[in-house]
Amino acid sequence: MKRYNEKDTVEMRQVYADTLLELATLDPKVVVLEADLSSAITTTKIKNQLKDRYVNVGIMEAEMIGAAAGLAVAGFKPFIHTFANFATRRVYDQVFLSLAYAKLDAVILGSDAGVTAEHNGGTHMPFEDLSLMRIIPEVTVYEASDATMLAALLKQGYKQPGLTYIRTIRKQAITLYDTSELFETGSKTLRKGTDAAILASGIMVAEALAAAEELAAQDIDVSVVDMYQIKPIDEDAVMEAAETGAIVTAENHNVIGGLGSAVAEVLAEKKPTKMYRIGIREKFGQVGTADWLKQDYGLTKIDIVKAVKHLCSE
Amino acid sequence: MAVHQVKDLSLFAQEIRYYTLKQFVTMGFGHYGGSLSVVETLAVLYGKHLNSTPENKTDPERDYFVLSKGHAGPALYATLFLRGFIAKEWLQTLNQNNTRLPSHPDRNLTPGVDMTTGSLGQGISAATGIALGNRLARRDNWTYVIVGDGELNEGQVWEAVQMASHNKLDHLMVFVDDNKMQLDGPTKDISEPHDYVEKFKSFGCYSKRVDGKSTEAIDQAIEWGKKNKGKPTVIVLDTIKGQGVHVIEAMSNNHHLRPDEETTKKIMRECEALGERIGVST
Repeated sequence: MKRYNEKDTVEMRQVYADTLLELATLDPKVVVLEADLSSAITTTKIKNQLKDRYVNVGIMEAEMIGAAAGLAVAGFKPFIHTFANFATRRVYDQVFLSLAYAKLDAVILGSDAGVTAEHNGGTHMPFEDLSLMRIIPEVTVYEASDATMLAALLKQGYKQPGLTYIRTIRKQAITLYDTSELFETGSKTLRKGTDAAILASGIMVAEALAAAEELAAQDIDVSVVDMYQIKPIDEDAVMEAAETGAIVTAENHNVIGGLGSAVAEVLAEKKPTKMYRIGIREKFGQVGTADWLKQDYGLTKIDIVKAVKHLCSE
Repeated sequence: MAVHQVKDLSLFAQEIRYYTLKQFVTMGFGHYGGSLSVVETLAVLYGKHLNSTPENKTDPERDYFVLSKGHAGPALYATLFLRGFIAKEWLQTLNQNNTRLPSHPDRNLTPGVDMTTGSLGQGISAATGIALGNRLARRDNWTYVIVGDGELNEGQVWEAVQMASHNKLDHLMVFVDDNKMQLDGPTKDISEPHDYVEKFKSFGCYSKRVDGKSTEAIDQAIEWGKKNKGKPTVIVLDTIKGQGVHVIEAMSNNHHLRPDEETTKKIMRECEALGERIGVST
């Protein structure tokens, strides 16, 4: 069984900057928008190459979204970044109307997913961005789980019409994929098992894989699926996972509205299956290290193991 | 590309006013006040300056127009009909089920609408992006946008003005429809406006106040704005909510009206008089 215990050699933010430079070099229509968090996501390093196609509007997120919409009207493909809480919650009406409802093409990167906002604390800790984006019609919603995937999703967002939202952490992720990997179906099955299935996204994929190893040592054989495309959800993957008879979802996000909800909606309508959602339950963010926050909110491999065993013993 | 100019802008304004009223009377309700106050501005833009026609409406080199105060949509639809973007029959469908003319403009429904608006403050942001995009593409076309004076309550407007000013968007022209009223009452009673022209100047724009009831004054202001270099231009228009229709001008609260039978009759009489002046039989 493949081991997943090495970190990517590049940070997710570097992948963002490098991929944008690659796309912008190929296509003069690519523009990059920032709202004074350029240093945080490292697009400062591509500023000189992009010249006037790098636009830092200042601390004006609403204007950033509106200007991106206008740039799309004028024929450009905007890539917009800020922290996920600002990229969704703070500018929800602008994203909803000026981009989505107006049916304009743009990619939004929301960084510092969930507990990885760490010491920025509750004001900056997004546990609801996926929910907010998922209920906007026709938006594609992803959560990237490693560097190879993030580069691929950015390119997918570049290619596809309409609005794409990509959630990511800023720093290094656990390496899950070879650089040759393709991301086409909306999910990746990383491990096949028969007793239960863990459907995870983002940082929780590595946690799910670690949980699967522990469970294997206790003769519980589980599947692990990286559900990186939160919307539209890969229904086939959910249905296949339901064949095991027990599903645990795991997300660094509120259990309401995100991956857990998306999976539950498919199951409730097509194949009612016992399930448990690992995620944030009725809690705001707070300061702390990511490791401590994961423990505090119940987002560790131990929590996943417990949930699987509980479902399997029912 | 030369704009096919309307000879008599004042007459064109009356035509727009007539067809704006007709839409409201057909539907029975609507945003009368703020639609009527932008009529003269639309007449000067679409009658003379704005290089946007049914033929070039998808040409990126055309001029762009954003009605940031989206609730004035019916006045824009009247204008788009008169300039040949949409058929006359469409005007009867304002806000009807399945219409292509919703209260607030939708770029995906109505030919000639460049940006979807309705949530105040957002249209001017989009206009800054359009103007920036046009400059990135080395086009020398213009982006025009109308915001309401009530809309200036929105913080996003000031973000947009800062962005436009910082980026020296000198092919962006902003019109403030200063009709001095917002939904809940006089603008000055709800949020003290101070001096708009001074505010825009302090934000790094060219700005002046002109008579928004006079097509000639608006025309001259646009000619002035087109000569400005290095900064965006903001033209503050002195207007009246319900402009040009006495019975509506006289109302203290005319933002959105569902007139009773008697008032409707009065509105229709003014509408008919307008029709006679522009040579249309009602």
